[in-house]
Amino acid sequence: MQTFDTVPISELAIAISAGDRAAVAAALNLLDDKREQARDRAAQLLAALQSDDASDAGHLVGMTGPPGAGKSTLSAALLTVWRQRQQRVGVLAVDPSSPISGGALLGDRVRMQTSADDDGVFVRSLSSRGQFGGLSAEVWPMCLIMLSAFDIVLIETVGVGQREVDISRMCDTTCYVAQPGSGDSVQFLKAGILEVPHILVVNKEDMGAVAHRTQAELASALTRVHPDGHWEVPVLATSAANNKGIEALAGTLARHLQSLRELGQLMTRRRSYQAYWIHKRLLEEFGTFGIAQLGGENSVLTRLQSQPQNLLQQYETLRQQLIQQRNRAD
Amino acid sequence: MTQETVKRDRPWLMRTYSGHSSARASNALYRTNLSRGQTGLSVAFDLPTQTGYDSDHPLARGEVGKVGVPVNHIGDMEALFDQIPLDQMNTSMTINATAPWLLALYVAVAERQGVDPTQLQGTTQNDVIKEYLSRGTYIFPPGPSVRLTTDLIAYTVEHIPRWNPTNICSYHLQEAGATPTQELAYALSTAITILDAVKASGHIAPDRFHDVVGRISFFVNAGIRFVEETCKLRAFGRMWDTVTRERYGVENPKQRLFRYGVQVNSLGLTESQPENNVQRIVLEMLAVTLSKNARARAIQLPAWNEALGLPRPWDQQWALRMQQVLALETDLLEYGDLLDGSPVVEAKVEELIAGAEQEMARVESHGGMVACIDSGYVKRELVQSHTQRMRNIESGELQIVGVNCYQQSAESPLTAGGDSGIMQVDEQAEREQIASLQAFRATRNQEGVDTALQELRKAATEGSNIMPASIACARAGVTTGEWSEVLRSVFGEYRAPTGIDISPLGHSASETLTQVRDRVQRTGEELGRPLRLLIGKPGLDGHSNGAEQIAVKGRDAGFEIVYEGIRLTPSQIARAAQEEGVHLVGLSVLSGSHMELVEDILKEMQANGIADIPLVIGGIIPEDDAQRLRDMGVKAVFTPKDMDMNAIMDAMVTIIRDASGLTAST
Repeated sequence: MQTFDTVPISELAIAISAGDRAAVAAALNLLDDKREQARDRAAQLLAALQSDDASDAGHLVGMTGPPGAGKSTLSAALLTVWRQRQQRVGVLAVDPSSPISGGALLGDRVRMQTSADDDGVFVRSLSSRGQFGGLSAEVWPMCLIMLSAFDIVLIETVGVGQREVDISRMCDTTCYVAQPGSGDSVQFLKAGILEVPHILVVNKEDMGAVAHRTQAELASALTRVHPDGHWEVPVLATSAANNKGIEALAGTLARHLQSLRELGQLMTRRRSYQAYWIHKRLLEEFGTFGIAQLGGENSVLTRLQSQPQNLLQQYETLRQQLIQQRNRAD
Repeated sequence: MTQETVKRDRPWLMRTYSGHSSARASNALYRTNLSRGQTGLSVAFDLPTQTGYDSDHPLARGEVGKVGVPVNHIGDMEALFDQIPLDQMNTSMTINATAPWLLALYVAVAERQGVDPTQLQGTTQNDVIKEYLSRGTYIFPPGPSVRLTTDLIAYTVEHIPRWNPTNICSYHLQEAGATPTQELAYALSTAITILDAVKASGHIAPDRFHDVVGRISFFVNAGIRFVEETCKLRAFGRMWDTVTRERYGVENPKQRLFRYGVQVNSLGLTESQPENNVQRIVLEMLAVTLSKNARARAIQLPAWNEALGLPRPWDQQWALRMQQVLALETDLLEYGDLLDGSPVVEAKVEELIAGAEQEMARVESHGGMVACIDSGYVKRELVQSHTQRMRNIESGELQIVGVNCYQQSAESPLTAGGDSGIMQVDEQAEREQIASLQAFRATRNQEGVDTALQELRKAATEGSNIMPASIACARAGVTTGEWSEVLRSVFGEYRAPTGIDISPLGHSASETLTQVRDRVQRTGEELGRPLRLLIGKPGLDGHSNGAEQIAVKGRDAGFEIVYEGIRLTPSQIARAAQEEGVHLVGLSVLSGSHMELVEDILKEMQANGIADIPLVIGGIIPEDDAQRLRDMGVKAVFTPKDMDMNAIMDAMVTIIRDASGLTAST
């Protein structure tokens, strides 16, 4: 058995593209590693996988919603359907970290257990690591790795209110899972706190009248056409426990991806996510002052999107630019 | 002077929870126990039987005959009760998810013995709700589970009228950390959930419903705080009387009685200075016998060495003798209730009732017990209470003799023998059981089996009572695994919430914990990323309390904990360790199957190319086995005597540092 920790980057990239689980695991560890040498290898790896531009392969699906809405169980049910359709799936399950100890309890695997012999599913749990508005900085690069290895990448995270903004700026399709009987989701939608998802799901349809009422309320609170244009936001009912509505949800997810491709929006969108990620990381490291020195937010975002390059290279270029400016100023 | 004969109350039923290796070996043990004065039987089934697998299923490896007896088919059940006439026996079966099946086998064996099933007396535990919260031998989702429970109740009320169809358990809630108030509230809420479901099922005519209420019994725990525990049992009696009268309109006071059996607390039994457990057990027995009006109907006591491993027949005999001395030698049974009229007791009972009623109202407002399990609410409350208990032991606020005070001890002669003072399970047992199962399958009438299974599927799908079809399966020679497989395919399987998402320990963190946190963080920085641990339970044993406590503590110490839950196969564990990129794998095993499981897990880790990730094991593991595990490559073995969880966390950092070639010191 070879270890992927030391092999040449080109070999690692080939193994990832071939869907090798050990290679994907090693790459995710690498992207997590903050040591200088690892950062270099990570940049090379993304360059090898991404060539010059974001890829348009695969489907990035985001699943968010309040705690207790049944996201993990719903994800597990979706996994089964996707596997029946011979699609290979990577999952990034994100849970909050403790602001006090920095530690985290990541429990999503409990409900996502699949057959141990199935090479077509890969689950990685992540901690939000207390920053980056709900999703840790590693999530986007990890998505890129997983997109190279799997047909579908599912990101699951807790989101109530502002926190799902991140996920909607990372996924091709965002799916919001609402809790039956809780008016929160409806209120958030009306107040504009909740970024409009592409698909609304009321899970636990087996609860009956309560679930149907929530479904109706959500439908009426929505302006049906997504702000992206050209997409009518459906409000679906599922029951992960009774395996109801899962096929329909999988079908709707696929239909949304199809529509993005037909409208030619998929690449534009992924480029903008990439720009958003770079901007956010620069903002974290250099503050608003740093962004201003680069010409302000809009200018940075526009520039990043018009000159597509691979992720960490773009990031590193701007970072070096800022560091040099600072050094000159000293 | 002639002494006047004093009228004594009849003693409670005396049992010992037992069963191991095979039906034949367990039958011999039962007959010995009965000849020594035991008055009833309490059958312990092994984990594959409890979770619906035959002895030759891959998940059963290492578990067959370990914590109880394997029962695969009517042949096993018949051997288990060989020369024990069932019309004269009172048998308690600790069986839950597969309760309808084991009762069906019991009925079929009675028929073979020529005993009319209406004469059968005994108890099926049949309380799946607490399995989701503790113990973990559930199979199906809550909806179908409640249906199976109510099917069994409806059937016995009609056909086996002296049977106790369900033993609502507060026992395991206490083991999972419940306070007396929580025990009262969640057990009574469970009983209400079940009775409401029976009522809604329409299987019972409204004018017979009081008979159902009258057959509900309870299985209760008693801890070392025996004054409070006595008050808890008085509170139970009073609250159950109110519930049955007000909610269900039962008029006959006999049918409103709080009838309960007891196993006293195992959670508080210690591995260090284990002889002290004897006085703990005796004091706990007082809690459930002292007050006549709240006295147990049946008692089973654990053995003094349960925290060390499986008890031997002699250890079980000692536990039985404790009961006999109290019932036969002391004057306890000559008096009426000793506590009636005590203002101190009365005040405590009132306080417990008020707290429990408040919590019951909360459960009801959240939609009842099933909804509170599904949302994780009850589990979270229990994990919180248990965590609090562990923190109190750690801080010394809760004193445990021999554990966090008076630890110095002379060498104990009790554990000095060649067997280290515990039962050594026959390693041949699993192989022999599998051979006998395969021989049984080969000789039965397959056509009859297929027909019976088809009828079972029909009953499960169409919603008719599951019992008649199950009894037909038992007669036809269906196996435990086949019966369960049909129901799995109809009802699906369930994963219960873990309850580990409780709030972190705040600023009250001790200095030691702060030091561990620093070390976790610094080591993470040296290794380039935060330290990650995989925590889970291999095999079929579902007692997840220990794993949950380690997970919560790990989070408080700054680790990223990937919690994988229970019932994991070796290959699932190895894959998870790889996918999650963890620095260490920590597994908990309490069923005694650690040798087989660890061997397989190490093999799988090797096959996945992650043999360099260190593995540590926690559980009830005898020292000889611990040494063998370390020789196999396990980096550390933690047992119940390792009560200092900060020290465990610190040891894990050291192990990770060693494995990564970092210097030991920092």
